[in-house]
Amino acid sequence: MTGAGTTGALVEVDGLTIDFPTQSGTVRAVDGLGFTLEKGKALGLVGESGSGKSATAFSLLGLHRGTGAELTGSVRVAGTDVLNAPDAELRRLRGARAALVFQDPLSSLDPYYAVGDQIAEVYRVHTGASRKAARRRAVESLDRVGIPDAARRARARPHEFSGGMRQRALIAMALSCSPDLLVADEPTTALDVTVQAQILDLLHELRTETGMALLLVTHDLGVVAGSVDDVLVMREGREVERGPVDRVLGAPGRPYTRELLGAVPRLEAPGPPRTVSDPEILVSVDGLGRDFGRRGSRVRAVEDVSLEIRRGETLGVVGESGSGKTTLGRMLVRLLEPTSGRLVLDGRDITRLSERRLRPFRREMQMVFQDPASSLNPRRCIGESIADPLRAEGALTEREIVARARELLERVGLDPDWYERHPHEFSGGQRQRVGIARALAPKPRLLVCDEPVSALDVTTQAQVMRLLGELREEFGLTLVFIAHDLAVVRQVSDRVAVMRQGRVVEQGAADAVYDSPRHPYTKGLLAAVPVLDPRESAARRRARRALAAN
Amino acid sequence: MTGHLLRRLAGMVLVLFALSALVYALFYLMPGDPARLACGPRCNTIQVESVRGQLGLNDPVPAQYWHFLQGIAAGHDYSTGTSVQHCGAPCFGLSYQNDQQVTDLITQRLPVTGSLALGAMVIWLLLGIGTGLLSALRRGGLTERVLTLLTLAGTATPVFIVGLLLMMLFCAHLRWLPFPTYVPFTEDPEQWAWNLLLPWVALALVESAKYARLTRSSMLETLAEDHIRTFRAHGVGERGIVGRHALRGALPPVIALSALDFGTMFGGAVLTESMFGLPGVGQLLVRSVKAVDLPVVVALVLVTGFFVVVANALADVLYAVADRRVVLT
Repeated sequence: MTGAGTTGALVEVDGLTIDFPTQSGTVRAVDGLGFTLEKGKALGLVGESGSGKSATAFSLLGLHRGTGAELTGSVRVAGTDVLNAPDAELRRLRGARAALVFQDPLSSLDPYYAVGDQIAEVYRVHTGASRKAARRRAVESLDRVGIPDAARRARARPHEFSGGMRQRALIAMALSCSPDLLVADEPTTALDVTVQAQILDLLHELRTETGMALLLVTHDLGVVAGSVDDVLVMREGREVERGPVDRVLGAPGRPYTRELLGAVPRLEAPGPPRTVSDPEILVSVDGLGRDFGRRGSRVRAVEDVSLEIRRGETLGVVGESGSGKTTLGRMLVRLLEPTSGRLVLDGRDITRLSERRLRPFRREMQMVFQDPASSLNPRRCIGESIADPLRAEGALTEREIVARARELLERVGLDPDWYERHPHEFSGGQRQRVGIARALAPKPRLLVCDEPVSALDVTTQAQVMRLLGELREEFGLTLVFIAHDLAVVRQVSDRVAVMRQGRVVEQGAADAVYDSPRHPYTKGLLAAVPVLDPRESAARRRARRALAAN
Repeated sequence: MTGHLLRRLAGMVLVLFALSALVYALFYLMPGDPARLACGPRCNTIQVESVRGQLGLNDPVPAQYWHFLQGIAAGHDYSTGTSVQHCGAPCFGLSYQNDQQVTDLITQRLPVTGSLALGAMVIWLLLGIGTGLLSALRRGGLTERVLTLLTLAGTATPVFIVGLLLMMLFCAHLRWLPFPTYVPFTEDPEQWAWNLLLPWVALALVESAKYARLTRSSMLETLAEDHIRTFRAHGVGERGIVGRHALRGALPPVIALSALDFGTMFGGAVLTESMFGLPGVGQLLVRSVKAVDLPVVVALVLVTGFFVVVANALADVLYAVADRRVVLT
């Protein structure tokens, strides 16, 4: 069963249909998909969640076997008829000729074994090499993907690696047998933007060097722009559009592709101009700090942060994971008590107020959380979730509360008659609307949004952002918008604070920070953001390489 | 790690200290007259008073408790009127029933209970992990359903039923095995094992049900983890996945629980020992409770407490050794 297929392509998918049987009937994840991928080429599979892109990627390695999914059509990879090949033949394909890199590097390695041994294991399975040779190969692979001091680090366990290093280790595992095809399923989604750029650069470099083909699965159009030759846009299991990357991104032929592109927040585009007339300061923060942990293992999450937020203004807070932005946000609404510094809300020092004394201020400051799925009580209907803060306030009668909750539902774009429904009946975007309605219920003046759209698809993200923009004007809100996505932050912010390792390294008017950043960290952050223009993306990659070479 | 162990040790001493105070209060200050119990039902008032004096029951309560602790820490001497008997540390006093030293009574019986616990643990681990593994791998199939039924039956059946059935079958009917009597290991290892086989199996059958269920759920959890998918996607065979990766990830909770169970068992597998007439700690406990032999009961509670506390610490350490991500602080 080896040798080229009919067209000599490395990957040939034809009429692929994937059905998942569920309790409420069969769900068709992929519907009649077909594409080919030539040796040494790169194809980007792009789509929103539920578009069937990951299911397609997994089917190339026959990973659906044993899961109950039903596949029809044909999938040929490196001469193997994946859907019909016997298990043993499939195992010879997996890892050796076609390898897969998964989305979540944190959980994709076995926590109980040294990283090097895991790579060596895969190498031994396919080559029958000696333990010693396999270990040497593992070190080589780790070195190849840029793990410093690879011989020593090969003996470390995954939890001793950072997220980016773990993703490198997974790539090293995939490369260990020099496969012809690398399938990467959202390889950078769980990573910070600077690390994402490094991993994408690495993939690009490896591809030019080894001549392997790449199938890159992602929801992020910016990620494919600089990394693939062709793009296939998917929606609801079907192909929407396919073509060379500069054509599809530059001159999309289909309305859905245009919609998708239009929804992508642009780093270079400032948000709609606003004038914040009110010079009065609503929140003032002076030398704010917060420590976690006890004596020996004390971690300084936020250190010496000073900010002023004017009434009606929107302050964007950007930073990578672990930069302390969430901790800062929680302190601003006093969900966390600061370890040091002063927090003044509307002229009143609330840094150390007891929970009881703080209560009258609670309604003034509200928070919208990142994960709408886990920040709503799954056993309570959404109307009640919105009504709860009003009840806590105790100023309104029950009828007024329900009426107000329904009014809010309508305002955030949901049907007021859905009051009695439970969170699981809604999509991610709708749940986040509920979260916003709940935060707005007590008519706050300060609204802190912590990564409110990072769990959402780009089109949904754009809708929620638009809603937030409208509500901000309508309710006269002062907004603190925390996100890791620099483009999203630029869309809404008047001023921006850039955080790194618990400190604010740069703050100022949004346009100034984005267009002429002063701090090197801000510059690096901005340079790492993927751009939609393939040519620009290639130019940036060259610039990054030049920077690294120096 | 060393810091953790030291702090743990201090904690253990504290727990045992509190336990001793509680047990002491519970048994000696309870309504009822220890002196009369110690003297026996046929004593007259004068004899009871003399025993009271010997036991120091006329002293104030704190002094009595202090005396009790002193005995455990340093031992002390008992005068029986004519001769002086030395009771070495840890001394829990003399049995009311036969004036034997409680410590001797217990140390005589510990090997029996230890033998029972050790052998049974080996069997229940093999049986439990094996069954759990099989039912996890055959998930949804007939094998799994049968195994689930068997483990459920195992959990639900008391050891005295299982033990009785086994004895009826293997000792009375088939005559393959002797009716169990304890033969010390040092005397005749073969007879030791042969005689204990039935108690081991009876105890293990009941215990293994718990381990089978734990292994099964832990295994299924591990098999669903992302890193298992990684190795599948890289062409590692099913045997390597189950043996090297899944089982390794499923075992830490099983190891921790078995350390705990092993420790608890030293307090006496009361039912099993009584069932098979094995002269272990559990049997001693039953007899002493029946006879209100307070010094023995108090000592047994403390000894059990000691083993449970040690086993707890051991379980934590083993868990941290098995799963290196766990940092003991």
